[in-house]
This record gives sequence, structure tokens and C-alpha cells, in this order.
Amino acid sequence: MTEYALILISTVFVNNFVLAQFLGLCPFMGVSNKLETAIGMSLATTFVLTLSSVCSYLVYAYLLVPLSLEYLKTISFILVIAVMVQFTEMVIRKVSPVLYRVLGIFLPLITTNCAVLGVALLNLKKDNTFVESLFYGFGAAVGFSLVLILFSAMRERINAADVPTPFKGSAIGMITAGLMSLAFMGFTGLVPN
Amino acid sequence: MALLKITSPHMSSAGKTGDVMLTVVLATLPGLALLTWFFGWGNLINIAWASLVAVSCEALVISIRQRSVMFYLTDYSALLTGVLIGLSLPSLAPWWLTLIATSFAIIFAKHLYGGMGQNPFNPAMVGYALVLIAFPVEMTSWLAPKSLPGNDQIPSFLQTLTAIFPFVGGEAVDAFTMATPLDTFKHKGEQLAAQLWASEPVLSPSSWLAWQSISAGYLLGGAYLLYKKVFTWHTPVALLVAMTIISGIFWLIDPDSYGSPLLHLLGGATMLGAFFIATDPVSSATSVKGRLYYGAAIGILVYIIRTWGNYPDAIAFAVLLMNFAAPFIDYYTQPRTYGHQISHQKTRSGQ
Repeated sequence: MTEYALILISTVFVNNFVLAQFLGLCPFMGVSNKLETAIGMSLATTFVLTLSSVCSYLVYAYLLVPLSLEYLKTISFILVIAVMVQFTEMVIRKVSPVLYRVLGIFLPLITTNCAVLGVALLNLKKDNTFVESLFYGFGAAVGFSLVLILFSAMRERINAADVPTPFKGSAIGMITAGLMSLAFMGFTGLVPN
Repeated sequence: MALLKITSPHMSSAGKTGDVMLTVVLATLPGLALLTWFFGWGNLINIAWASLVAVSCEALVISIRQRSVMFYLTDYSALLTGVLIGLSLPSLAPWWLTLIATSFAIIFAKHLYGGMGQNPFNPAMVGYALVLIAFPVEMTSWLAPKSLPGNDQIPSFLQTLTAIFPFVGGEAVDAFTMATPLDTFKHKGEQLAAQLWASEPVLSPSSWLAWQSISAGYLLGGAYLLYKKVFTWHTPVALLVAMTIISGIFWLIDPDSYGSPLLHLLGGATMLGAFFIATDPVSSATSVKGRLYYGAAIGILVYIIRTWGNYPDAIAFAVLLMNFAAPFIDYYTQPRTYGHQISHQKTRSGQ
């Protein structure tokens, strides 16, 4: 049980995918302009990330390994992720058309969110079991959602500030992300590597 | 028509920004005096140097932005940032360390966001965290306090000046440095807490007296600021209470391996953080409930990072992390407007 808790703490805080490993920066910068959108995006990404982490583990362990097709792992993971995203897109379209319209292009772009593929590949690198993959994917998603939501609330405030013209928009967003990364370095050492 | 722009927090102290900032600077004096008494001239020189750098950087940026330099300099917020950085750096920190911390704080953490009143992160803590990560060795060597028996080696003014600015060319000094109490406690390994208190010179009563008195000095300054209504009690009290409770719980469970609440409250920068840093009106949460959450979360984060993380004194990181969360906290703790009786349920469905 402790090891699962450690996986969660590690992926949410210490090795946060966005602020410590710099994966998934595109939606982090792209969808963080409004808090509501960010929350919708977080939920969608959490769903996709957790499910694709588990599914890609299953595909690898029960399809690629028995057939000795391990070298196809990247392309098959991409396929799994694309299917997951398509599925999520259909669900959101039915459940919340407003959110579907607000998220727009960023919804299909979850496919290209490097954090999603990153989690699937890191699962293999770390020799995670089925349950560990589940926690790893979920933790990564929670960490992503946490910083995305906090960042979007902060960006709403920054947008109202008197930022010097050359730094307006994404530039100050990047600097803020850097300062947040600095703050997250305080968590180093919480989990033994 | 002149529109009076009033932003939160609506404090009851009727002063200009400059007066408030000067009051805060004034309130650091008891702590600063005790710091100087126990550790020599270092922090005074650091403060002077950091303030000079801070004010120059501020003047530089404002003149680049073609605003009125004197108008912005007389709000003394840059001075306060300089003073806070000078207080928190070790007393023999070399001049370039202070320069990096202060200029980064003023230029990046403050003026890229539009300057006074708009910075989402506490500038002093951004500068401090930057140098703490980049130069850990310089940041962890503190002088041994003067009250320690056998330590008659508190460097003179000129020696301290030479240690900070080597090109001054005074006599070099071989000062007696040691870790802070929290640092010592953190690296105690398998030793029991009681053994540590008995064996480590930094935790001996005479050295502990120094750390304790400095914290008491900051507490006094904080009380003065509360009396002057520069800030409300919510943030500092929530911070101190949360830290006492969480450290008390672990201490009661296992007093041999966890530090006592007293060590956590008085052994490091807790008091300075609680009264002078977490209460920064710009980067903290603003609603009443929000300030309580904000302060309590800082107290808990400090304890977590101190106990299980890599950094023995985690005020800077905890404050930065909560600065990051403050807009979110504010968003969800907005007080309802007066006269409206909208239940939580209704607000939700109304969205």
C-alpha cells in the first residue's frame, strides 16, 4: 500500500510531469487561459491518461510480448491513445456540448500530449506492474490537473496585471511556469528515487 | 472624473503604501538587532547591500518603462524586499549571492509582472529560493552565535565586510561556522533526539538561546504590525497553529525521531515567515477564509518539507507553493455579497 502512496506522491509533487519533467507543456500553456476550461481539460486528460496507461500496459504485456513484437510498442501505444481520445471526445460531445466547443482543437490534441505517451513508455522503463501502471497514470494525471488548474487561476490574475508589452501573453506564462517549477523543487527528496 | 481605485485587501490602517512598507521595515528591527547581537555585523551589511541593489534595480526598470521613478521608489516596496532578503540570507553570504537573489527578485518576480501590487509570487522568496537551489553550500553556513561559550571569534565590522566583499582588502577572517538547528536536526541520522540535544553544540542551551531570541524578536515585530493593523491575524495565526498541531502530533507519536513543536516554531525562519513573508498582501490569498487556508497550508507544507524533504528550512518553498495556489483559493472562497442569501447549491446551478 505504501508503495502506491509513494507512486502517487512522486508523480503528483516530486516528479510532476509538467513542472519537473516538462512533459505536456502544450496543453499546459494552451488551455490555461480560463479556469473553467482548464478544469474540463483536466478531467478529460485524467480520464485519457489513466485509461491509456493501463491499456497500453495490457497491450504490451498480453499482445506485443507474446508475439515478440516489442519493437512496435511506440506505434501501438499511439494507436491505443488515439482510440482513447476518440472515445473521450465522443463522450464529451454527448455529455457536455458546451465543454466540447470550448475545448475545441485541444481535445483531439490530447493524442499528441507528450505526457500521455510519456506515461505509457515510462511504465515500461520502470517495469511497473498492472496496478502500478494504474497508479502511475492516475498520479501523472492528477499532477497535471493540479498545476493546470492552479496555473489557470493565476493566469486570470496575471492577464489583468500591467505586464510590460514584450512579456504579455505566453511570455509571462512561460516565466510563471518557470517560477512554479522553482517552487516545486522544494519537494525534492520527499520520495526516495 | 477621478476614479479612486481601491483593491483588496481592505485594510483598516489608513496609510499610504509607503507608510505601510516603512512600518514593516521598522517592525523587523527587534529581530534584526538580536540577529546582529548574536551573529555580528553580517546581516546589517547584507541588508544595506541588498536594499541598495533592490532600489537600483527598481529605478532601472522603472526608467526603462518610462514611468515616474520617484513616485515608485517612495512606496518603499523595493526597500522592504531588500531588507527581507538581507535578513534571510546567512550573515556571511558573499556579495554576489545577495546581488543575484535581489536583482532576480526585483526584475523577474516583480517588474515583469507589472511591479508593485501585481506580482503573483513574493519577490524576496523567489530570490531566496533561486540562490538556495543554485548555491546550497553558501546558503547553509551560518556563524556560530556569540552566546556560545568559547566562541570569542565573532568577526569585527571590517572582517565581516572583507568576508562579504573580498576586494575591500581588509584582514581575512577564519570564522567559526556551523549548521542551523533545523539543519542539524535534519541530518541527525539514527541518533535519538535527546542525544542530539545533549551532544550538538548548536543545540546547546547557549546557542539555542540565540535562535530562540531572534524568533522572539520577529514575534515582537509581528505583534507590533498586528497592533498597527498592517495585516489581520488570520494568516500568521493559521500558519503557527497548523504547524504546532502537525509537529505536535508527530512529536507525541515518536519524540525520539521528530522535532518538538518548539524546535519548529523557534529554531528557524518560522516567525519571520509567518509575520513578514506569508502576510504579503499582494501574493497571499485575500478573502478571510482564504487567508486561513493559505496560512494553514503553509504551516503544513513547511513541516512536510522540513521533515521528509531535502531542505531543512522550507519557508521559501512553502510560501511560493501557496502563492501559486492563492488565486485558486480566492476564486473558491469569495465572500457572498452583502444582502444576498444565495445558498451554495443555487450558485452552483446558476453557473
